[in-house]
Amino acid sequence: MAIIEEPLALTSGEQHAERPLGVLTRPQANGSWKDWVSTVDHKKIGIMYGVAAMFFFLLGGLEALLIRTQLAFPESGFLSADVYNQIFTMHGVTMIFLFVMPFAAAFANYLIPLQIGARDVAFPRLNALSFWVWLSGAIFLNTSWIVGGGGADCGWFCYSPNSGITFSPTNGVDFYAIGLLITGIASLVSAVNLAVTCLNMRAPGMSLFRMPVLTWMLLVTQFLLAFALPVITVALLLLLFDRQFDSQFFDPEAGADPLLWQHLFWIFGHPEVYIIILPSFGIISEVIPAFSRKPIFGYSFMVFSGIAIGFMGWGVWAHHMFVSGIGPISVFAFSMATMFIAVPTGVKILNWLATMWGGKLNFSTAMLFAVGTVTMFTIGGLSGVTHSLAPADTQQTDTYYIVAHFHYVIFGGGVLGLFAGVYFWWPKVFGHLLDERRGKIHFWAMLIGFNLTFGPMHVLGLQGMSRRINTYSSGFGFEFWNLVATIGSYILGASVLYFLWNVYMSKKDAPNLPAPGPDPWDARSLEWSIPSPTPEHNFDEIPVIESQDDWWFRKYNIEDDGSVVRISSAEDAAQKGDAVGVHLPSPSFWPLVLAIGLPLIGYGLIFNLWLCVVGGLLTGGAIYAWVLEPVDDPDAGAHGHDDHHDGGDPDGELATVGAAGDDTEGEG
Amino acid sequence: MATATAPATDTHHDAHDPHATNTGISNNKLAMWLFLSTECLLFGALISTYLIYKTRGSGEVLPTDLFDIPFTSVSSFVLLMSSLTMVLALSAFGRNDLDRGKAWLLVTAMLGAVFMGGQAYEFTAFYEEGLGYTTNPAASAFYTLTGFHGAHVSIGIIMLMSLWVAANQGKLTGKNSETVEIVGLYWHFVDLVWIFIFTVIYLIPPE
Repeated sequence: MAIIEEPLALTSGEQHAERPLGVLTRPQANGSWKDWVSTVDHKKIGIMYGVAAMFFFLLGGLEALLIRTQLAFPESGFLSADVYNQIFTMHGVTMIFLFVMPFAAAFANYLIPLQIGARDVAFPRLNALSFWVWLSGAIFLNTSWIVGGGGADCGWFCYSPNSGITFSPTNGVDFYAIGLLITGIASLVSAVNLAVTCLNMRAPGMSLFRMPVLTWMLLVTQFLLAFALPVITVALLLLLFDRQFDSQFFDPEAGADPLLWQHLFWIFGHPEVYIIILPSFGIISEVIPAFSRKPIFGYSFMVFSGIAIGFMGWGVWAHHMFVSGIGPISVFAFSMATMFIAVPTGVKILNWLATMWGGKLNFSTAMLFAVGTVTMFTIGGLSGVTHSLAPADTQQTDTYYIVAHFHYVIFGGGVLGLFAGVYFWWPKVFGHLLDERRGKIHFWAMLIGFNLTFGPMHVLGLQGMSRRINTYSSGFGFEFWNLVATIGSYILGASVLYFLWNVYMSKKDAPNLPAPGPDPWDARSLEWSIPSPTPEHNFDEIPVIESQDDWWFRKYNIEDDGSVVRISSAEDAAQKGDAVGVHLPSPSFWPLVLAIGLPLIGYGLIFNLWLCVVGGLLTGGAIYAWVLEPVDDPDAGAHGHDDHHDGGDPDGELATVGAAGDDTEGEG
Repeated sequence: MATATAPATDTHHDAHDPHATNTGISNNKLAMWLFLSTECLLFGALISTYLIYKTRGSGEVLPTDLFDIPFTSVSSFVLLMSSLTMVLALSAFGRNDLDRGKAWLLVTAMLGAVFMGGQAYEFTAFYEEGLGYTTNPAASAFYTLTGFHGAHVSIGIIMLMSLWVAANQGKLTGKNSETVEIVGLYWHFVDLVWIFIFTVIYLIPPE
């Protein structure tokens, strides 16, 4: 990860002469589609994450509707048991790894640099690499439908020995393992990159405890990713070696312990829950203050409870394994830890309520989604705490009660919050608002559909309906609530399509509507101090930060008697976005080339080892080409670092040579 | 510019100085530290797996039956010494003494290669004594753990040789000695992991 990128600097803006650099010239932005495939701009990468994640949201949603269609009526033959297994597995994998995580990554990429007053992330090319590698892994994973004999059929948790060749003879599980390894590389690279960005790239005066809560939560998320992913990487590799090279990690007959997989998986899997939820917590911590017209209540409590969740998230994994026979002491310890982790989460919920308390509430669409997040997550959190009671959990394990619980957490807490962010930052990203009236219809349809789908599952689970089974017999009292859930899921699906309609119509209507201006919500953080949409160079001048909510204090003053006085309009206080000659990192094709090599290695492992050679050469070649291409456009070197810094300058463009191996590292 | 309440690390930050960072650690070095911290978890999971499985062999030969402690001690010593030569390489580049720097890089890479040779010999010997990769869970866990470590050493050697080539081409000088330092961080980490593996896996006898 030590790929050296030129830090961004203001330059004088002089024109530069063409300087050919052989095969390793860097592409120049010229407004064509190539700008997108070679971009290293964190904003474009963020948008691509968002669009691709939305595509996989539709795919995962389609899989969900197939599940619900099958379960609408008892003894349905719509899907065979085998296909059903594949569909619910791929639904879970797609929604978690290919929708929620990358959708949160879209926000992280786009907003972290803006919120800390930076021109880009610490390693722009690695950022592009993260996106392309994630996309190649996502596509690879889904090609198992076409060339792998069907999707993985072992559930997203893929317990052994079900995941072994004996019980899962198609290549679906191989695609699962390799696909998640590839997307894991992407997340790991991105985690290191964004963490370094938060720690190192803050504007002058932007101390850690002046960072917006969103940036804080994203920082915690990056650390969780950085430490959780290596564990799942090991688990997936062991699984892959078992399946491809006949190793003996998960074969009970040979003396192996299937619980090893469960431990490794959930040591990753529980922090993963917080990886999913913390970005959403961060988003609503920005949205709620803006629409309550109050600063966030208890900023430092918000931050520290996020950090506490980040730490405690590592000590609760075995509550997923209470019925696996881990013994009373373990069960007791993990029960206690599970109860305790509800405390920082409760702190957050109270702080959001206290932020709204006495505020001038404006229920815009973003605010509705944020409040929806708080309420739905509270339901999911409460049903979650019930799992800390091991006897109750033993009763509920593998029933629809669990399905209800984690959908309230992941959809109610995670996805609704992400949609709050979509409505909130849409004008900043695209320069026009999403229509509020349609937005509110979208919200209510989604909320109603969501509750109709997952609310009844609490009842079904407590009645004893097992999850992961393709059908149920009539006469157990399951019929009514299953039908309700299926109807709810169709409403949910329709609400997503309606959201896309809103996107389309809002874009179409935008030219006839007044521009939103830099700060349509009268908000508090730095990204609102620059024009909408964000100029390519972000900030004309890097702001100097003097307090928390610095941008708000450029618009308002608090008088001695405590009253708030407007001192400047947002338009006057905002930067104009007209700086010229700002030096930005040049685009590069090599992240894309490297990313194409990885799935080839994956196909090679499954089908023909020669493909591995091709993929390996492509990846290795791309790493060296990456290292050898000039760190920046040629003119930058002319008046860049060497002129200003004598000896000891670490960023000479060829200083990158030694970094070559690091990306190969990521494969390990 | 910034108010007095801002931490010292922030107040001297100059927006026009492209190399200043908030922490005072360069982006590259911080990224390497973070990356190495993730590697701890990777090796932690692999070492745990081996420790759980080290006696799982149902009567067949186990890795612990075959360990040749004197031999592995020697190869461990070789790897340990390569950390010393890595430091000497960095020190030479820091003084802009390129000839010595290149020489120490080469020596470091060669010591790493000797270690890899030792691992290849060990694997071959174990295989001939009946411990294949698929023999039992203990064998799978042993080969995977040490194989992963070997892969890390190999990548380290590739990095060192890349530095050596770059230095020969005049692209790596005392000015960018931090690159040597960052590769050195990686190299020391891989060494450290081996010390841990050697102690926990080889030296502690099975119960």
